[in-house]
Amino acid sequence: MVLMQGNEALARGALDAGVRFFAGYPITPSTEIAEIMSVELPKVGGKFLQMEDEMGSLAAVIGASLAGAKAMTATSGPGFSLMQENLGYAYMTEVPCLVVDVMRGGPSTGLPTNPSQGDVMQARWGCHGDHPVIALAASSVVDCYNLTVRAVNLAERFRMPVILLSDAVVGHMREDVTLPEKIEVVDREKPHVPYEWYYPYDDSTTAVAPLAPFGTGFRFHVTGLTHDRAGFATTVPAEVDRAIRNLKRKMDRFRHEIIQVEHAHLADAEVVVAAYGICARAAEAATVEARRRGYRVGFINLKTIWPFCFKLVQRVAETAKAIIVPELNLGQLVREFERAVCDRAQVVPINRVDGETITPRQILDVIGELARPGGGA
Amino acid sequence: MVVVRFAGYGGQGLLTAGLILADAAAVYDKKKVIQTQSYGAEARGGASRSDVVISDEDIIFPKPDHLDILVAMNQLSVDRYSSALAEGGTLIADGTYVTTVTFPDCYLVPFTRIAREKLGREIVANVVALGALIELKGVVSKKAVARALEQRIPQATLEINLKALEAGVKAGQEAAKAREKAEEDYDIV
Repeated sequence: MVLMQGNEALARGALDAGVRFFAGYPITPSTEIAEIMSVELPKVGGKFLQMEDEMGSLAAVIGASLAGAKAMTATSGPGFSLMQENLGYAYMTEVPCLVVDVMRGGPSTGLPTNPSQGDVMQARWGCHGDHPVIALAASSVVDCYNLTVRAVNLAERFRMPVILLSDAVVGHMREDVTLPEKIEVVDREKPHVPYEWYYPYDDSTTAVAPLAPFGTGFRFHVTGLTHDRAGFATTVPAEVDRAIRNLKRKMDRFRHEIIQVEHAHLADAEVVVAAYGICARAAEAATVEARRRGYRVGFINLKTIWPFCFKLVQRVAETAKAIIVPELNLGQLVREFERAVCDRAQVVPINRVDGETITPRQILDVIGELARPGGGA
Repeated sequence: MVVVRFAGYGGQGLLTAGLILADAAAVYDKKKVIQTQSYGAEARGGASRSDVVISDEDIIFPKPDHLDILVAMNQLSVDRYSSALAEGGTLIADGTYVTTVTFPDCYLVPFTRIAREKLGREIVANVVALGALIELKGVVSKKAVARALEQRIPQATLEINLKALEAGVKAGQEAAKAREKAEEDYDIV
């Protein structure tokens, strides 16, 4: 058992998952991750680069990943905005990497040292064009470790960037934690064909096309232009259509494995509190207290926010009267709940953007308005 | 469950005080602990605080809405956070800077003056405060705090920090005695 900070656990998780390259530009509240990686990476034969800005940071990460390294960067809202262009490039070129966004108040430089969940939609649609997204959200120090390992594994497995969202509270919070002794580590699929048979974007035989590290004899073209299976630009409608649909398809098939949700008391719940990140802590505390007072309340902690857990929310809407969605923004993920619920249950947002966290008491007040102890309206 | 807040200006070592207390409670006294912090964007100055929640059971929400103990290093923190103290709570304030207190259960201990005059360095006022805190309110054992300091403080300044802890404990004893005496005097009157 150790006392560890969220950002510290995140860096530890990255190292244990096999990350050996970090490029970044320091920004509160993510800086500790870069600091720790700069000390620890050289000890394990890895490389740390402080770049000139966040655009350069993600560019370096993409290059390192193409050369075969598990690579990551960490930033906060303003830097995440700057990374969107290269993030799109990584989706298009199918380069695995981890992008950590320790969220702070925005827009612009906003509130550097206060928590926020304002980047939920930026994580989904920050870069242009249709693209699949995997975004995880950490709500505890242990999460920071486990979800980082998971994010790196998912990136390697699906050959795409994975976003890990944290926030100023979770990143800086210290908790007593016992980290797992053994973890599962996934390495990307490499080609087992002669050099001349290799197509970097051919997924006709495997769910995800194997990725050859540059410098190992396989020669291929990497471009942000829509490309054919060899990686060369194409405008042939059938090839373009296949390329764009494949980006989504490779992930859709495994959606049920990617979505990770923690929940409790859904079976008898009249009201369900659904949250992610730091708000999930308030939601859980409110649920425990509400049940102690006799309210039938359930709880969902979305450890994966993208892709969204539509099926679970649809099921919940069939039995629950209302779903409360607390967020440190003016209502972002709540829209997905509304889409999934389709008026079959009431969706009640709780929003806070003053730089403070939503408290269990705030949620309890709303539960009190929606339900009565023992159930029934 | 005990909730302790260290509050003052940025640069007064509040985050370190919170970290040492949390480490002492978690690693050496085997409690469940969450430590959170809040500070301005400034490198020095600005309001800074560190909250430590210590419990025998799992702590779900890291930021409770009440405080049991407030360690205030300046007047601003006393004014701002005294109202968050729960009934039965205790305010321990740096008498060097704090002149006005309204909370009933209160100790004024001149942490900064002790650090400056007895230890020669103001920067260890935070550890003096820690010493006074554990002497007056328990929370964690002195041994645990000393071990946490040994783990977290660079070797070059460890000695002065351990001395600061002792000085804080002594100042706490004196503050407790002074209050006892004041109460006796009050009874006579």
